[in-house]
Amino acid sequence: MASEKTVYKKPKSLTDVNFTYCWGCGHSTVHKLIAEIVDELNIRETLIGVAPVGCAVFAYDFWNFDVTEAAHGRAPVVATAIKRVHPDKTVFCYQGDGDMVSIGLAEIMHTANRGENLTVIFINNTNYGMTGGQLAPTSLMGQVTTTSPRGREAALHGYPIKMAELLTQFEGVKYIERVKVTDAASVIKTKKALKKAFLNQINGVGFSFVEVLSSCPANWRMDPVTANAHIDKNIAAYYPLGLIKDVK
Amino acid sequence: MTTKSNEKVFIKGNHAVVEAALDAGCRFYAGYPITPQNEIPEFMSKRMHEEKGTFIQAESELISVNMVFGAAAAGARAMTTSSSPGISLMQEGISYMAGCELPAVLVNVMRGGPGLGNIQPSQSDYFQATRPGHGDFRMITLAPHNIQEMYNFTFDAFDLADKYRNPVMILADGLLGQLMENVELDRSRKPLYLNTPKPWALTGAKGRDGQRILSLLMQPGVLEKHNFDLKKKYDLMTKDEIKFEAQGMENNPDYLIVAFGTVARISKGTIRLAAEEGLKAGLFRPITVWPFPYAQLKEAAKKVKKIFVLEMNMGQMLDDVKIAVEDASKIEFYGRPGGGVPTAEELLKFIKGKVK
Repeated sequence: MASEKTVYKKPKSLTDVNFTYCWGCGHSTVHKLIAEIVDELNIRETLIGVAPVGCAVFAYDFWNFDVTEAAHGRAPVVATAIKRVHPDKTVFCYQGDGDMVSIGLAEIMHTANRGENLTVIFINNTNYGMTGGQLAPTSLMGQVTTTSPRGREAALHGYPIKMAELLTQFEGVKYIERVKVTDAASVIKTKKALKKAFLNQINGVGFSFVEVLSSCPANWRMDPVTANAHIDKNIAAYYPLGLIKDVK
Repeated sequence: MTTKSNEKVFIKGNHAVVEAALDAGCRFYAGYPITPQNEIPEFMSKRMHEEKGTFIQAESELISVNMVFGAAAAGARAMTTSSSPGISLMQEGISYMAGCELPAVLVNVMRGGPGLGNIQPSQSDYFQATRPGHGDFRMITLAPHNIQEMYNFTFDAFDLADKYRNPVMILADGLLGQLMENVELDRSRKPLYLNTPKPWALTGAKGRDGQRILSLLMQPGVLEKHNFDLKKKYDLMTKDEIKFEAQGMENNPDYLIVAFGTVARISKGTIRLAAEEGLKAGLFRPITVWPFPYAQLKEAAKKVKKIFVLEMNMGQMLDDVKIAVEDASKIEFYGRPGGGVPTAEELLKFIKGKVK
């Protein structure tokens, strides 16, 4: 007699809405990891998320917990206020690189410097995904985008900003790790890092930041497999993976 | 808890705003320094601590208004304050709060403009208060003309914000912020809606599905419906919340001064001086500059020979007066922009020059 047992099921913290992200996009993977962690930590009923402007603006369609939108780049200060009003709740923000590193640079820097006890998840796909693949402050040197048709060049655009490294200088920042979601092993590592970032907040450790190198095949004009290889070979070479700061 | 009783104090308008906010149950404030409203964050940093609320000195006006957005989304009574250039930056957050239907109070202690302008009292922001931000929305805007009203109207603003789930603005100016007067603080006044449940607020999805605060409505027709629904709310505000003061109308005045805020206050002196010279003038003072008392002004304007619109700008409320009155040829305008504050005598001289 064959017996059946459930080895995997959809997390309770995901709604029944299908992900609408493009093929190979890293957002769905990270969304799902967050939902799994929320279930595992049993914080679905005490969690408030802040969604960005950009592709992940629709995150609230997929997560079954409380989520607010925030104006472009302002997620960390919206989250700051929510956490101050509800210090007993878990509050996180989820931002892309256009949102955080360009228009929202002041918001993330000051939130980090204030050492708010928040979890910040940063999806770095080196371009503005939602608006069609324009140059971002994180775009690699030479990267061809819809607004850098000759490739990123230092004289015109400066150099890509390493957000994780930039935040290390703030004393209020307790944990920074850079991860990727290009294969099973790296997804498991990412989940571990995200979980730690949530646990840090729950345990009162303080500001915790996870940067996820994430794929954008549609705007990179690549197939998903090539896009992941591009992260492994080129993006991770500029943005080194691993633990960057961990203050106990 | 100690029983609160009324308290008579001699304080600045900026200080009165702080006491009103706390008396109205505001326990979240974020603000950024800008003259002439600095006493608000300064007093607030001390008083909010005493009341065990949250005071944050934000790092920009964009940050303070978006913090207020977050606090309001979390269900708190929240406020920010600024002056003209800072309010320009806050228009982003004001529009988002209107779109997301979040209650909040903003105080604009206006100064001269455009650009960095100066730090003198001005009514330079009538436009950006009564026609705020991007998108199709409205915001109740109260214009006090003395320090008692700075206190009373700030308190009112919190109740109105919760009543309609919409931002409300206090439109003051540098004179009202800095002036000291006797004020009666009504410590026994009960805030309305303070303990009314906010089932829409984000507090964690305890025993329910997750819920959202959002203004992004991409499906065809959904945003259009949202705008129609918002309009119904704005229509209710227009029906129920118009406030104005009419002075001297019982004497069948020949002339009507239309002024708000500081200029309305100065105009009361002008009307006394005019009476001494045998000129019968009344005052029509919009208190809600939005919703504007069009119908009431139309009525008051019918019986007079001339209407004097007096402002500390180059004619912003003037547009609303022209919408209200039937015979625009009766309107005369006098404005002092860029921080100029007229005297009662100066206004009288202008009026006399037009009526002889």
